[in-house]
Amino acid sequence: MSRRLRMAILGPALLGLGALFGWAIAGLPAFGDYRGPYGFVLNRLVVPLRHTTNVVMGTTFDVRGVDTMGEEFILYAAVVGVTLLLRDETAGQRAEQRTRRFGSDAVRLIGVLMVGGGILVGLWLVAFGYVTPGGGFQGGVVLAGAILLLYLAGNHRDYRPFRSERLLDPLESLGAGGYVIIGLAALASGSAFLTNLFGPGVAGKLLSGGSIPVLNWTSAIAVTCAMLLLFAEFLETYVVPLAPEDSGS
Amino acid sequence: MLLATLVPLQAVAFGLVALGAPLVVLTRDPLRQAIVNGIYGVSLVCLFVVLEAPDPALSMLVVSGIGYPLVILAAIARVRGHERTSDEEDR
Amino acid sequence: MSYLPYAVAAWICLVGIAGIATSKNLIHLAVCLTVTQSSSYVLLLSIGYVKHGVAPIFVGTKLGTPAVDPVVQALTLTDVVVSVAVIALILALALDAHRLSKTVDPDGLADVKG
Repeated sequence: MSRRLRMAILGPALLGLGALFGWAIAGLPAFGDYRGPYGFVLNRLVVPLRHTTNVVMGTTFDVRGVDTMGEEFILYAAVVGVTLLLRDETAGQRAEQRTRRFGSDAVRLIGVLMVGGGILVGLWLVAFGYVTPGGGFQGGVVLAGAILLLYLAGNHRDYRPFRSERLLDPLESLGAGGYVIIGLAALASGSAFLTNLFGPGVAGKLLSGGSIPVLNWTSAIAVTCAMLLLFAEFLETYVVPLAPEDSGS
Repeated sequence: MLLATLVPLQAVAFGLVALGAPLVVLTRDPLRQAIVNGIYGVSLVCLFVVLEAPDPALSMLVVSGIGYPLVILAAIARVRGHERTSDEEDR
Repeated sequence: MSYLPYAVAAWICLVGIAGIATSKNLIHLAVCLTVTQSSSYVLLLSIGYVKHGVAPIFVGTKLGTPAVDPVVQALTLTDVVVSVAVIALILALALDAHRLSKTVDPDGLADVKG
């Protein structure tokens, strides 16, 4: 299809789609006038039943647990796809010999401090995800970002384990598979797939939510490893910072 | 009292997002676009916060702050790296 | 204000699609796709919003206070994180296309033969 033809089709198509959107919007309840029953039901029931004060997390990992499993496997499949596409290329490409070590100790010091802070914030987001805003998905990205700061701060040797596929691949699978295993554990105990196990605990405390914390941690592991794997695959071929001079220091 | 003040904030946040989207699309240079996309992400975070959605706001914050830029920048770097090596081979 | 939020979502979606169609760079195209995707977040959260509702996190809030819909928030929050992996996959495909065709212009891919 030529570019001009595509532009000619685009205009009317957008107009038509816009008209359809207008038609659809006219049938929606006005903004702020939410009618669906599920939101109200969940806001009433999740805290008494599951003792997770963050109803969103209670929904993600319990009420909508099977769907979240699907999301985790989208993540998994996407990471596998990236790995297959880029890892093959990695082997054949010549490594770019380039060291980018920051001379300044201050940069490195601040970087290391930020790594510590970032990991702490990430762990806190994961751990208290079902009490206050946060959770495995957000915390996982923060953890991966904090670990990546090691790379940016110039400590390539310390970062090396976090880009090794031998370490990350099993952990990623553990995160995605652990979710299913907890679901199957519920099945083995005689109830439906992903039924909440363990007691509900005390609302507003870390020990609450039954299997929600466990699912939360498995997804945190899955997301952290997925992000690290993505970064590793993308960064690997272009910048290989381990030049000989690096080994001496 | 606090809730009454939310409506103008929401209007502003919606306006910012509606303005940010075309800016991201119209920035044709990927490197500049990565930055504009980050700003658009922050405007989405503001919108989510005033829509009483702290969890999606957090996840948008970490994604537009860490996830998108890294992946996009790495892809740009690799495309440019390829171009540089193929230029050298041509010479 | 009553229908404006939905109109904003529709606008973002149309802008993103226009960006995808007119794009001359595969990386630019991928980012436009995330813009299109973000319209779904805006739409979902707008639909779930309850006037004078609080966030669905009951720490220091009495149970039974009107709160916004947690279902759409759960949908959005997982999708936002997963979208990073998806854009990474698209960019990996773009890099592969670039390796084969030596161009990032989607129109240049027409000449590539498997």
